[in-house]
Amino acid sequence: MIVVIINNVIILAGIGGFLALLLVLADFFLANYGDCQIDINDKRQFTVKGGNSLLNSLAENDVFIPSACGGRGTCGLCKVTVKEGGGPLLPTEKPYLDAEEIEKGVRLSCQVKVKKDIFITIPEALFSIRKFKGIVDNIIDYTYDTKGIIITLQDPAKIDFQAGQYIQLQSRKYPRSKQIVSRAYSMANSPDRNNIIELIIRKVPDGIMTTFTHEYMKEGDQILLTGPYGEFFIRDTEADMIFVAGGSGMAPFKGILEDLSAKDTKRHIVYFFGARTEKDLFLVNEMKEYEKKMKDFTFIPVLSQPDEDTDWDGPTGYIPPLLDKYVRDPKNTEGYLCGSPALIASTEKKMKELGIDKIYYDSFG
Amino acid sequence: MDINPLVILLAAIFTNNILLVYFLGMCSYLSVSREITSSIGLGMAVFFVLTFTSGINYLIYHYILIPLDLVYLQYIIFIIVIAAFVQLTEIVIERFSPVLYYTLGIFLPLITVNCAILGVSLFMVIRQYSFIQSVAYGAGSGLGWLVAILALAGIRSRLKDKYLPRGMNNAAISLIITGIMALAFIGFSGVAIIQ
Repeated sequence: MIVVIINNVIILAGIGGFLALLLVLADFFLANYGDCQIDINDKRQFTVKGGNSLLNSLAENDVFIPSACGGRGTCGLCKVTVKEGGGPLLPTEKPYLDAEEIEKGVRLSCQVKVKKDIFITIPEALFSIRKFKGIVDNIIDYTYDTKGIIITLQDPAKIDFQAGQYIQLQSRKYPRSKQIVSRAYSMANSPDRNNIIELIIRKVPDGIMTTFTHEYMKEGDQILLTGPYGEFFIRDTEADMIFVAGGSGMAPFKGILEDLSAKDTKRHIVYFFGARTEKDLFLVNEMKEYEKKMKDFTFIPVLSQPDEDTDWDGPTGYIPPLLDKYVRDPKNTEGYLCGSPALIASTEKKMKELGIDKIYYDSFG
Repeated sequence: MDINPLVILLAAIFTNNILLVYFLGMCSYLSVSREITSSIGLGMAVFFVLTFTSGINYLIYHYILIPLDLVYLQYIIFIIVIAAFVQLTEIVIERFSPVLYYTLGIFLPLITVNCAILGVSLFMVIRQYSFIQSVAYGAGSGLGWLVAILALAGIRSRLKDKYLPRGMNNAAISLIITGIMALAFIGFSGVAIIQ
C-alpha cells in the first residue's frame, strides 16, 4: 500500500517537476528581453530591464506619466509618443486613440512593453512631476462614507501645483489586499499651503485603495504619492464660471475656491454640488462662508433623492436641467466639472446644448 | 487498430470533427469567433497545443502509466501536461505576436480547460491508437477545430450588420449556425472513411 502511494507521488511530482523546469527554461530564454534602453526626447537615456510596461519602467526612473487608473488600461491618460521600438498597436489601446494620434505614433504607456531599445517623446512639463513622501497628519470624517485626509509632505517638503490638479496616491499592502495600487485624487487645498496635501476620498465598496484609506490608514502613517498632474485648473480669463461637482468631486473646487478667494477674484461663479440625501452633504458651512467672503459666488447644493421627512427646501433632482437659469452668456461662460463619469457626461451634453464650449474636466477612468 | 494515420487525420477534420460532431470546446469557440483574425489565432493555438499534448500524453500513458500500473492517474496527468503546454504556448505567443496575445486575452490560458483538448487525449486512449495515429488524431482534431471556428467567424462577420431579432444576437444565433454546420459535417459520415 505504502509503495503504491509513494509511487503515485513520485510519478506525479516527477512529471510536474519536469514540466515546471521546461517552463522556467522557456521563461528564461523567451521572456527574457535583457537590458533595454529608453530614450526620452533625445535628451535623457536610461537602461531598464526589459519585459515591464513602459509606464512602470519610466516610473522606476522617476519619470511619472499621468495615469488615473494605475496602469489597467481604462483611463487612457498615460499617452506618450513612441517614435521607435514600441511594437504593434494593441487592441487594448485602440479605443483611447483617434486616427491622428495613431498616425503620430501615440501609445498608452501602460500597455506598451519594453522589449527592445525604445525612443519616446513626452511633454517637458512631465519632468516636473515628482515622487513625494508624506505623513498622514489628520483624518476627518465628512460623511458616513467620505473622509478628508491631510498629508504633511516630508521629502520633498513642498509641492508646486495649480489649484485643481491631482496627485496619485499609492496604497500599501494590508490584510485584505496584497496588491499595491495607485489612484488619482484631486488636491483640496490651495497652492498657498504647499507643504501639505489635502484629499477628499469617498469609499468605493470593495475598492482596493479606498478600503485601505478608510479602514487601515492611521494618523502618523507614512505614505507615498506622485504629482502634480492634470489640466483641471482655472483658466486665467474674466469669463463667468459654472462649477459642477458630485460627492468627492468637491475636492478640486475646495482648493480652487480657497485659491480664488485669497486672490480676491471678481468673477461670477455658480457652484452646483450634487448629493443623494442630506446625509451626503458636507463642507456646506465652509461654502456658505465663501459666499459671504467672495464678491460674486453662489453655492447651490442639489439633492437627487432627499429623505421624505426632512425640511430640505433647496433644489432636488439632477443638476443639468437646473443650468438653464444660471447661464448668463454661454459664449462668455466656462464649465468646470468633477464627479462621476455619468454626471460629467450629462452635464457636458447639457452645457453644449446651451452653447457653452469651454468645458474642462479630468476623467479618472 | 490498423488505420492509416492520414485517414484518422482527415476523419478528425471532417466526419469526426471534435467540435461539430462531439461538441467539445464550445466556450472559446462561441466567444472568440467574432473576428476572423483572432479566431485564426486561437485555432492555431488549439492546433499547436492539441498536436503536442496528444503526442506527449501518449508517451506518458504508454511508457509510464501502464508499466507502473497507474492508469487511474491519467486524468490528472493529462491535465497537468495540458496546463504546462498552454503556459508554454502563452510565452511563445507573447514573445512573437503581442497583438494576438492581447486579442486572445483570457481565452489563451482558458485553452487549459478547453474540453476538446482533454477529450482528444482520452479518445486516443479509448480507441487504442498508436503513437503516430495519436499525433495524427490530435493534429486532425486541432485542424477540425480551426476549420469550425473559422467557418463560424466567417459567417458571423457577414452577419455583423444584418438585422437579427432581439435576443437572437451573439450566442443564440451562433448556436443555431453551429447546429446547421454540425448537420452538414455529420453528412460527411456518408463518405465512409472510418467507422
